[in-house]
Amino acid sequence: MSPAAGEAVASCRGASVAFADGHVALRDLTLDVARGETLVLLGRSGSGKTTTLKLLNALVLPTSGEVVVEGRATREWEPHRLRRRIGYVIQDIGLFPHFTVERNVALLPVLERWEPDRVRARVTEMLRLVGLEPSTFLRRFPRELSGGQRQRVGIARALAADPDLLLMDEPFGALDPLTRAELQREFKALCRRLGKTIVFVTHDVREAMLLGDRLALLHEGRLAFAGAPDELRRAAHPEARAFAATLDS
Amino acid sequence: MSLLRFYAANTGEALTLLGQHLLLVLASTLVAVALGVPLGILLTRRPRLRGPVLGVANVFQTIPSLALFGFLIPLPFLGGIGARTAVVALVVYALLPIIRNTYAGIQGIDPAVREAGLGMGMTSGELLRLVELPLAAGFIMAGVRIATVIGVGVATIGAAIGAGGLGVYIFRGVAMVNDTLILAGALPAALMALGFDYGLGRIERAVRGER
Repeated sequence: MSPAAGEAVASCRGASVAFADGHVALRDLTLDVARGETLVLLGRSGSGKTTTLKLLNALVLPTSGEVVVEGRATREWEPHRLRRRIGYVIQDIGLFPHFTVERNVALLPVLERWEPDRVRARVTEMLRLVGLEPSTFLRRFPRELSGGQRQRVGIARALAADPDLLLMDEPFGALDPLTRAELQREFKALCRRLGKTIVFVTHDVREAMLLGDRLALLHEGRLAFAGAPDELRRAAHPEARAFAATLDS
Repeated sequence: MSLLRFYAANTGEALTLLGQHLLLVLASTLVAVALGVPLGILLTRRPRLRGPVLGVANVFQTIPSLALFGFLIPLPFLGGIGARTAVVALVVYALLPIIRNTYAGIQGIDPAVREAGLGMGMTSGELLRLVELPLAAGFIMAGVRIATVIGVGVATIGAAIGAGGLGVYIFRGVAMVNDTLILAGALPAALMALGFDYGLGRIERAVRGER
């Protein structure tokens, strides 16, 4: 981990995203991600939070403004070089159905040509980290896992190449409430332990309050609020008040 | 019975024609795979080409095969009289199912799988080699199977332009109004088509089963 806590790992500087059909997903977003923090992007469906996340790993490029990651603008990075330094977890998980759990988790280390022994050790370590017993799960295929187990594998896969930055797009959104609560709790402990920088997208304000060191609330493609979770209740923006109000219901 | 007597009397010729037929089908299917699979992949990368490429392949498929052979004869290099022209025509017929199935097989993969692969930093080539082609393999094999079976049938018409094959017996039988001769060509062709359908179907199921 870098000693320079507080330094920005990534920042959006006046970034706007307009799609070819004229729809503007983000307008003039300026937002820093500090090293070591868990930043939660909160907002309704279509507010621009997923687009913001995809700006950070260059799955989307800004149509104006710029996005800087590790000191370099995303349009200057070779996309796959940038993405290999960033873990990525999505709601639909996207495990490779024809690969075993082992090969799924080993994907990036293998592509990066790690020694086979080191890959094997890393996969075992990652599965333990996310609470899956390697001897039971290594040889299984994704279809043989429950939803919660799949997402654990998804997280293990994202962490396998030891990225400093982890992007998570509603990773627990498709899970049943009990599994979700369990994974949220474990994930929070895991974050503490690993000290990674995490950007986490959710529309669930409780999840945001539980996991975030800092919240960024997006509304119709604009930043409506950014600050510590307990400041959300005092924010003036109507969208922030609407989200804060659901906390008390 | 008369068919068996015919084969007994003309074993050498029958085997030669069978061999020619098999060669026409295999050569054209190999060429069609070599062209069609990359084209199908290209369509997944350049969606704008999809309409024109599938459209052209579709139109080719609708040209009556006898007419297509006829059109090819005057063409330089590709055309003329003989087996080469027949292979070109067979490739034209085989392309559509192979291109279409390659495209559909890759396009049908869960978008989350592709997004996860790209998002983790796989290059387009790695995604293709490790994820898209293995997952689409069953679909692609189905296209190859359909193309091969069609090819066995169309190849009988190759005899009309001097390409040999089992069509020689069929055409001769039609001209002489001799059912035995027609059967001598049609029956092995039908069995060959069934054989390819079965054999390639097994490979297809084995490829799908890996998932």
